[in-house]
Amino acid sequence: MTEKLKVSIKNLDVHYGDKQALYNVNLNIMEKEVTSLIGPSGCGKSTLLKCINRMNDLVEICKIRGQILLDSQDINEASQDPVLLRMKVGMVFQKPNPFPKSIYDNVAFGPKLHGMTKSKEELDNVVIQSLSKSGLYEEVKDRLFEPGTSLSGGQQQRLCIARALSINPEILLMDEPCSALDPIATAKIEDLIAELKQQYTIVIVTHSMQQAARVSDRTAYMHMGELVETGLTKTIFSNPQHEKTQDYITGRIG
Amino acid sequence: MNNISLRNKKEKRFQLYGKTAVLVAISFLGILLFNIFSTGISAFKQTYVAVNLNIPLDVNKSEINPRAELNKSFLKMFPEIQSRTERRAALSLLSKGAKYEFEELLDENEGKSIEGYHWFLASADLDMYIKGTVKRQGDTAGRIDENQMKFVDQLESKNLIELQSNKYLLSSADSREPEMAGIKGAIIGSLYSILIAFLVSFPIAVMAAVYLEKIATKNKFSDLIETNINNLAAVPSIVFGLLGLAIFLNFFELPRSAPLVGGLTLALMTLPTIVIASRAAIKSVPPSIEEAAIGMGASKVQTIFGFTLPLAMPGILTGTIIGIAQAIGETAPLLMIGMVAFVVDVPGGPMDASTALPVQIYLWADSPERAFTERTSAAIMVLLAFLILLNLTAIYLRKKLEKKW
Repeated sequence: MTEKLKVSIKNLDVHYGDKQALYNVNLNIMEKEVTSLIGPSGCGKSTLLKCINRMNDLVEICKIRGQILLDSQDINEASQDPVLLRMKVGMVFQKPNPFPKSIYDNVAFGPKLHGMTKSKEELDNVVIQSLSKSGLYEEVKDRLFEPGTSLSGGQQQRLCIARALSINPEILLMDEPCSALDPIATAKIEDLIAELKQQYTIVIVTHSMQQAARVSDRTAYMHMGELVETGLTKTIFSNPQHEKTQDYITGRIG
Repeated sequence: MNNISLRNKKEKRFQLYGKTAVLVAISFLGILLFNIFSTGISAFKQTYVAVNLNIPLDVNKSEINPRAELNKSFLKMFPEIQSRTERRAALSLLSKGAKYEFEELLDENEGKSIEGYHWFLASADLDMYIKGTVKRQGDTAGRIDENQMKFVDQLESKNLIELQSNKYLLSSADSREPEMAGIKGAIIGSLYSILIAFLVSFPIAVMAAVYLEKIATKNKFSDLIETNINNLAAVPSIVFGLLGLAIFLNFFELPRSAPLVGGLTLALMTLPTIVIASRAAIKSVPPSIEEAAIGMGASKVQTIFGFTLPLAMPGILTGTIIGIAQAIGETAPLLMIGMVAFVVDVPGGPMDASTALPVQIYLWADSPERAFTERTSAAIMVLLAFLILLNLTAIYLRKKLEKKW
């Protein structure tokens, strides 16, 4: 653990129209660590996650106040381009959502979009590397040109991870990446997360406390739009400071 | 127990209602189709009369008066003719168009002699008698009187009257003579109109749909536009005709009766239909795909053109073809902009005066000549064939462009 600050969220308020979704959230995310966000449904975990790569820009009624600093740069500043931000901050969604294209084109989409490769060979390399990183290459190397949707759910999710990795992001946001998967596929994704954190900073939203305990270095517990407690995962789970956290991890609420 | 049997009975009764409704609908359709086909099918055949020609090699063909020569040859086949009345009666069995066929024959045989029997177009009256449209009553049949009937009987006994395929119907434009009237002009006019309507309305409608669905911020103003578009789809088509008349003819002074104006007017009419269908199709694209693209750093426009539109395309095209099919059968707006004219030429371009298929049907249905009845039905058959073709295209495109995800 390098203990280097990657993302710093300061006094973040988020409103959806008249409804406030996040109240004064402060959170630090360390480089090359896995930070998990846990909490009962509707507590604002996904909202917080989507703020980090400005996916909330898509929601017209969403208003954001406060700061999110990525390497000390405020990502919501007018000079910051959301496209460049999303190149640095990749995202994996709750439900596997491969493009209706071939496996190859799914992964090649990002590099092509951003003009990252100059030749076909280079692009091939990026695709193979990304698929290898997500542990999918061996399984699909003979059918790279079949539709991405022909894969199983777990494979599709790993394809989405490969797609996110293809543009070489610094941060990977994962919004309940295993909620639609069976236990075996889940285990594969969790192993993958452990491997990926060597290279990437990962923020994962999860409903499963066991998963948070297994994969993350730090955990943030959220409740009703507020960040209740944050700290090292083992501390949070063994010795929660806050009563609400205690209630949640012991299963009394949530 | 009682309750369940009641429920089952109710179930059966509703099934019966449903089946009856479908049956009634199908039988109405069947009656319509049967009526049109049984009337129209005979228009694809046409009566021809054989005339014995004898034009020797040494005659200069360009000096022949085709009408006089043809009449002379035809009358020679009835040596017993004495009076002028009889002569006129015999000659009226040939169509006025026969002389053009004779001219063609002369041109084809330049420098050769022409001998033996050749087939020439018969008049509409004879045609209707031969087809059985008018029944024989004694020595008359419809407008064929006793004098004419003598010659008809003679010709028939020598097998000199024959039904051949009607080459005029699909290869010529409108005519005063029913036997020479065709729908090629109307088909070409319709095709030009539809092509222009498609080229104008499709891009505008799709872009409008994209803007309203994906780019515009939702506020009072966009709600107003939305309501208006939905209402526009329900505006009677004749109103669009008036709009076309006011804008394209009076303001822009485009040529009257031209498929260009017809197409633009139909485009106005089709626009709301395509916008509504396109918006529905765009709305049904799963947001997860768009989110994925945005998450990869694609811009809004890249996402729309890379994913939203291709995925919505089957639905957009289906809506477009439904709109175009509606436009192809539309008469009222075309009446307003003058495409209801009697045009004997096949239009050479979208600026030429022309009619359209539905207008031609309207014109023929309105015509007092009884021989136009079967042609009206035949034109309807062609129009229906067009519509079926368009619908098949829609199904094909939908199947082809549909992608599973």
